Amino acid sequence: MSDNHHHQSFWTKYIWSTDHKVIGIQYAITSLLWLLIGFGLMAIMRYQLAYPGTPVPFIGNFLGEGGILPAEMYNSLGAMHGTIMIFLGVVPLAFGAFGNYFVPLQIGAVDMAFPKLNAASYWTYFLGSVIMVTGFFVPGGAANSGWTSYPPLATTATMGQTVWLWGMVMLITSSLLGSVNILVTVIQLRAEGMTWMKLPIFVWTQFITAFLLLLAFPPLEAAAVLQLMDRIIDTSFFMPTGLVVSGEVLPNAGGGSPLLWQHLFWFLAHPEVYVLILPAFGIVTEVIANNTRKPIKGYKSLVYAMIFLGFMSFIVWAHHMYLTGMGTTIGAFFQTTTMIISIPSVVILTALLLSLWGGSIRFNTPMLFALGFLPMFGIGGLTGLPLGLAAADIYLHDTYYVIGHFHYVVAPGTIFALFAGIYYWFPKITGKRTNETLGKLHFFTSFVCMNGVFMPMFITGLAGVSRRLWDGGESYAHAAGVFQLNEFMSIFAWLLGVSQLFFIANMIISLRSKKTGEINPWNATTVDWTDTSSPPLGHGNFETVPTIYRGPYEYSVPGAKSDYLPQSNKG
Amino acid sequence: MSPEEVKHHIKTYIIVFVALMFLTVVTVAISYLDIGVVPGIALGLFVASIKASLVACYFMHLIDERTTIYWTLIATAISFLILIFLPIGAMLAQARVY
Amino acid sequence: MEIPFNVKERPDTGLYNGKLGVWFFLASEVMLFGGLFSAYIFLRNGVEYWPHGTDYLDVPLATLNTLFLISSSVTMVMSWASLKLNDFKKFKLYCGVTLLFALAFLVVKYFEYSAKFAHDPPYLPSTNNFLGIYFTMTGLHVLHILGGMLVIGYYFGPGSKMWNTEPERFTNRIEIVGLYWHFVDLVWIFLFPVLYLL
Repeated sequence: MSDNHHHQSFWTKYIWSTDHKVIGIQYAITSLLWLLIGFGLMAIMRYQLAYPGTPVPFIGNFLGEGGILPAEMYNSLGAMHGTIMIFLGVVPLAFGAFGNYFVPLQIGAVDMAFPKLNAASYWTYFLGSVIMVTGFFVPGGAANSGWTSYPPLATTATMGQTVWLWGMVMLITSSLLGSVNILVTVIQLRAEGMTWMKLPIFVWTQFITAFLLLLAFPPLEAAAVLQLMDRIIDTSFFMPTGLVVSGEVLPNAGGGSPLLWQHLFWFLAHPEVYVLILPAFGIVTEVIANNTRKPIKGYKSLVYAMIFLGFMSFIVWAHHMYLTGMGTTIGAFFQTTTMIISIPSVVILTALLLSLWGGSIRFNTPMLFALGFLPMFGIGGLTGLPLGLAAADIYLHDTYYVIGHFHYVVAPGTIFALFAGIYYWFPKITGKRTNETLGKLHFFTSFVCMNGVFMPMFITGLAGVSRRLWDGGESYAHAAGVFQLNEFMSIFAWLLGVSQLFFIANMIISLRSKKTGEINPWNATTVDWTDTSSPPLGHGNFETVPTIYRGPYEYSVPGAKSDYLPQSNKG
Repeated sequence: MSPEEVKHHIKTYIIVFVALMFLTVVTVAISYLDIGVVPGIALGLFVASIKASLVACYFMHLIDERTTIYWTLIATAISFLILIFLPIGAMLAQARVY
Repeated sequence: MEIPFNVKERPDTGLYNGKLGVWFFLASEVMLFGGLFSAYIFLRNGVEYWPHGTDYLDVPLATLNTLFLISSSVTMVMSWASLKLNDFKKFKLYCGVTLLFALAFLVVKYFEYSAKFAHDPPYLPSTNNFLGIYFTMTGLHVLHILGGMLVIGYYFGPGSKMWNTEPERFTNRIEIVGLYWHFVDLVWIFLFPVLYLL
């Protein structure tokens, strides 16, 4: 099966590889670096927010006059923080890295269906991400109209916005290639006996995510093309008639609509939220089932809830647009769908919580992150409810409350789940164990700091502080009572950065340690653990492709010899 | 697929081809009818849809395809219809405050 | 290492990988053009006055182009059927004719575009949103034609060697390319009335 015996040069083996595992690792390393860079941008912004108008230490000289962060650059950092974290960091890590590496392994496939396309997908992503940040070096700096790029602001913005749009077109192409690949792999390459209802939940989440990416991303590509036309050859798709900028009427023909962009953008960007969260659900499910040593409660309801979630995510997007003068009829429609979409999320969260009941839980690092995910995602989800109702949203829109809400979903939510996944599958990828002490330190410090950063945002947001203020609200009377919280949040943000050193140190130390020789250190049931060595073979994955006889979570089956029965166990 | 079946298919292709040619002429012809904007658009799109279905069913063999592809296309059609109708619906229901 | 069901069909789905893959790709293409059609509807309804296609565009030329594309679609499917009948010569013939029809489409499109630019005053994408969306949609469609011609040209020329070594795989590839090509035709079937006639 394996081509390991052939001599391959470093370049063919690790750089231009078409092996899904190598591509997965390429995705993982690249996206983790982007997460770090995206975090760094935010750390600079947080200094300005905590101490407005004072020179930034260490790097101030690079930023602007007197070491103070200029307002235009603050806007660039904000827009690029959002873009990098979502499109270059979390999605490639959750879908590109984890999906690539573990979907074929978990369904018993020798590789992805289209290995070359897979490599193309990574390199398109890589190119797109490089294009995206070259924005920092063009006149006027990187895109500064927010990660949502609303026109007409974005249309009249500096050149960085054009770069942003080109980068986006590349990233969309990459995600298209990746999602086609995952979909075909799951449908066509499942091992014998791996029926749909025997798929691990992780594979289900990746499958639904791929569907969302496939169908939701192209309208944004269309919108990006239209905005590029607006910017480069002066069409007016998003430009209303008679728009006045700096006291002068723009020469555009007009007749366009800024709202059109918002519709096309959020048609992608709401499903994108579920692209961020579904893989996290998948990873957490795997980790919880494994460490409670019992089956997941309600496998089928989880699957149906996730499919329903995927479908509903296409008809809720305009809840981001209540402030656009939306009529009450259509507003009522989107409020209703928004309330309905919270039901499957609750079903999923409840199933995971119930799965803990009566388990003999192993509190190792991946499990701690998975357990941390549950309440954090819960907070993120519940604080979203007021935003889904127009009456409350009119007050809360564009305040720090919104920032707090979605960061709770993505940062201590999805990113915790991704950490859980990294710690859980590290022995699989490398054949080595991570350090438990450093892992636990990483979890507890991150957990405290995440809450220290994001919990106060609800308070400043409820006080009405807008999310886009360069001075953090210092010059606004209504922010006076909560302004001090900025310093508090910033300190926790920097501490959060410091606590990631535990993670980095852990990775370095563990990578340098000896191989343990264990194939299945967690005693897991899925075939990625039971039927291939750790690390897995080169091309081909399995010595013999497994046949599947059992469901994915047969832990503590009464009467069984061991407390887990692998999916490929016939007995 | 046996050679006889393929030959049968080829006959179908020729018939479809002639039908498409004819319907193209029809599309152009009805655009000269003076039946008002909305009925004109409706009729024009109706003929275009027939032509598109002919291409999809016979040239792309959708008339006799596998369930997996049908499910994919149903999901696509639903999200396509949402994409087409919800934004315009939202715009037409826009609150008129002026 | 061999990826399963690359050429042969998987028994339970009845499909080989490439065919399913191209259908997913077409699904995303539907959404891409869907975004543009949605934009068209949105823009048209958002203004008091929307020009009629004939105010700016040349219907006879577009009709001719429609006929070219439909013909190229039928020759494409015939080239696949020829392979199914083991007739490689006919495949080459039909494949070449498909390319010629596609080229004819592009030539007509070239004259159409240059007539717009040469008009006095010139009809540019920035003139108004009707022309803007016309150039965007047909431009994107032309890019799809070019991409299709590239692939068909490859299988007409150097790629056709595969017929000697792996005939079944080659036939599958032509089927896949055909699916894409018919889709491009299908988009035009809607673009033509929407932009030119309605």
